[in-house]
Amino acid sequence: MSKFDEPDHYKREDLLDIDWRPPSTPWMDTPVDLKKGTYIYPGKAKNLKVLDLPNPREWAVEEPDWKLPEDWQKRVLEGMAERLTKYRSFKIFMDTCVRCGACADKCHFFLGGGDPKNMPVLRAELLRSIYRKDFTAMGKIFGKLAGGRPLTEDVIKEWFYYFYQCTECRRCSVFCPYGIDQAEITMMGRELLGLLGIYVNWVIEPVANCFRTGNHLGIQPHGLMDTFEFMAEDIEDATGIKVDIPMNKKGAEILFVVPSGDYVADPGIYTCMAYMLILQEMGLDYTWSTYASEGGNFGLFTSHEMIKRLNAKIYAEAERLGVKWILGGECGHMWRVMHQYMDTMNGPADFLEVPRSPLTGTVFENARSTKMVHLMEFLADAIHHDKLNLDKSRNDHIRVTFHDSCNPARGMGIFEEPRYVIRNVCNHFYEMPENTIREQTFCCGGGAGLGTDENMEMRLRGGLPRGSALRYVQEQHGVNQMAAMCAIDRATLVTVADYWAPGVKITGISELVANAMIFQGENKRTENLRLEPIPGMELEEEETEDVEEGASVHA
Amino acid sequence: MNILVALAAVGGLFLIGMLGGMGMGWLFGIVIPSAAFLLFIVGMVMKVLGWSKSDVPFRIPTTSGQQKSLDWIKQDRTDNPFTTLQTLGRMALEVLFFRSLLRNTKAEMVGGRRLAYRTELALWLGGLVMHWSFLIILVRHLRFMTQPVPGWVTFLERADGFLQIGLPAVFITTVTFLVAVTYLFVRRITNPQVRYISLVGDYFPLLLLLGIGLSGVWMRHFGKVDLTSIKEMMLGIIHFSPVTPEGISPVFYGHLFLVSALLAYFPFSKLTHMAGVFLSPTRNMANNNRAVRHINPWNYPVKTHPYEEYEEEFRDKMVGAGIPVEKTPEKE
Repeated sequence: MSKFDEPDHYKREDLLDIDWRPPSTPWMDTPVDLKKGTYIYPGKAKNLKVLDLPNPREWAVEEPDWKLPEDWQKRVLEGMAERLTKYRSFKIFMDTCVRCGACADKCHFFLGGGDPKNMPVLRAELLRSIYRKDFTAMGKIFGKLAGGRPLTEDVIKEWFYYFYQCTECRRCSVFCPYGIDQAEITMMGRELLGLLGIYVNWVIEPVANCFRTGNHLGIQPHGLMDTFEFMAEDIEDATGIKVDIPMNKKGAEILFVVPSGDYVADPGIYTCMAYMLILQEMGLDYTWSTYASEGGNFGLFTSHEMIKRLNAKIYAEAERLGVKWILGGECGHMWRVMHQYMDTMNGPADFLEVPRSPLTGTVFENARSTKMVHLMEFLADAIHHDKLNLDKSRNDHIRVTFHDSCNPARGMGIFEEPRYVIRNVCNHFYEMPENTIREQTFCCGGGAGLGTDENMEMRLRGGLPRGSALRYVQEQHGVNQMAAMCAIDRATLVTVADYWAPGVKITGISELVANAMIFQGENKRTENLRLEPIPGMELEEEETEDVEEGASVHA
Repeated sequence: MNILVALAAVGGLFLIGMLGGMGMGWLFGIVIPSAAFLLFIVGMVMKVLGWSKSDVPFRIPTTSGQQKSLDWIKQDRTDNPFTTLQTLGRMALEVLFFRSLLRNTKAEMVGGRRLAYRTELALWLGGLVMHWSFLIILVRHLRFMTQPVPGWVTFLERADGFLQIGLPAVFITTVTFLVAVTYLFVRRITNPQVRYISLVGDYFPLLLLLGIGLSGVWMRHFGKVDLTSIKEMMLGIIHFSPVTPEGISPVFYGHLFLVSALLAYFPFSKLTHMAGVFLSPTRNMANNNRAVRHINPWNYPVKTHPYEEYEEEFRDKMVGAGIPVEKTPEKE
């Protein structure tokens, strides 16, 4: 028998039997059902201690006593008051919602689960009801009649449950007539829970690791070097190319920063191998860093202060190494941080230069202040200037679709660059239905620190909208790979695809690029970076009539 | 339950207004409306000042289109603005035409296994028609508060009544307003999800608007109230020389009292979205984050893990792995 944290535990027909109609009891009178498979385990005391966070202790979600500090109510209310003056977004979003319900069926967790408190509007009301009761005239006078409710321990448990069933994907915010962003509300909710020492371990352990070792996975510098050497060996097996591993190299022109998920996880590792090949082939003077070995930032899923604490190393390392500018790999939430927070929090980066491509001379004016360029911007520019030697027929066995990752989509707007790159390295590219891509893209179900296994039911449910769209192009166009420029996607979409659209593999875009790229001095390419035979390539030398048939049999 | 509370509140207010107007025309015709208007203005100013007192630490626009990056990639100027002008364009589309709501879809499960999304414009249309009709009706009412009536008000009134159905002519916006408000109310009751989230504060304004609209229709088309007296009273308030003419219909007092209630309620309710929409950071900021640094007024130093501490912990391992270090360890 499979366990609750394994996909097999859940039957597809059960998960597809979704009832979007709310229950008969009003939501304020419906207690939260803390069911195994839907929540994530609490943050361990040792991780909170590393970060000097309040109330470190061992506790369990299913226990009635969450061991809150004595003055927990005061802490929450004072925390709210502070944030209401520090963040206009929070105050406006508390005041202006008209409950029109446009956001209701835009959330992947509501669509896949049907729990009304996962309608973004109601998830926000969980917090807004406390705001009304304690911070508005109407709520103080009319109480429940004005939509207010008292702050109890049950409310805290409800917040914990639902603010960790939101992946901060911002899809609801696209549809809201006032731009109310549930991600912002979830971030506030998680900060308030943090004041009581309530975190999930899947978030706070990576944060603690990242603080100390530079990356979420806790890989120490020598371990990272081993990992790269291991990848370099595989690269040589696949291509015959020996790649250098420039590490902590002072005076390099470019600091290259990627999410650490790509160092170890399959299939992210192939994306990382692709980076090494592509950057070297382009002749870039770049360096990796063991200290800044994480572009991702689980601080985003913790608190604004934690974003800053973890992000500080990027500019610090760029300055220490004396690079001119920073290039960033394929990651989702990393780019929300780099694009919308880094410069404000840890800038100005006046010791860096405005990024300029050494290949094409293009000056990235859009990154003039932050001095950090997205790899897809960089590659699109290089391809546009015909600087990459590509043979896209090498990817002809791949019928690929592209999953826009939430943060680069709705926190940045990088839509055309990755598509341009994909079209230039793949002949068979198919878009998923239009309400599921670009700014309307659906989350993988595991973003914002929810990509673990103990909440497997919610991940599969949250992954349904994406899985359903993927299944559609699989059936319509024979799509067999989905590209995503996000390390969390590359980890979590494997599960989603296996479950909702079995047979579709997940890949990074760089992996597709490297597989299509002709490298100087490469071996005859018969295997891709996964060391799998490339259909059609293994028989090329025979050049007889039989080849065509042989190839099609193989395919 | 919430619906009944709201219904009772609106009904009660109307009755109070009618009865009050009959006995205390001075209070219900002059003092309360003036006070409500004052409360509205002061309340909304306070509200907006309160919002603007909160900081905007980060630039967090929701990007709903292609960013500005490389020259040859076409930027979506309205849904992903880069400049102030483009941002104003985005705001204008949002405020005047409810751009975001125009994207609305309705999810459906097809064949029990595939999610599909249908364009759903009823809410957008209902909302847009309600707001625009309401605005035009408000402007039309200026003819009761100005002497002489400005030409553009008369023009708008003529245009609104150009169908010339009935006597006095039925205004188009009267019909569209009532239909739209009714739709929004019915939607709130019949859509199970929306009903589930609805508070008294969601039904109350709709019913208030409906009450105001219906009493207005009654006065124009059925009750035939004494407009001259009403206008005399209104002009009196505006010119600070209040008068309470005799013979004004109680329905008018009910109408006026509901309007007063709406004005007074406005700053303390969700209706503040009228002003809030202009201040929403996900909509009123340009997505030029990497080009122009945004300043956080309360940016404070935080505890980080500097490189020196990092190297201190891992120096030997780094040296062993051939990674360059700042401080070469002493040989033993």
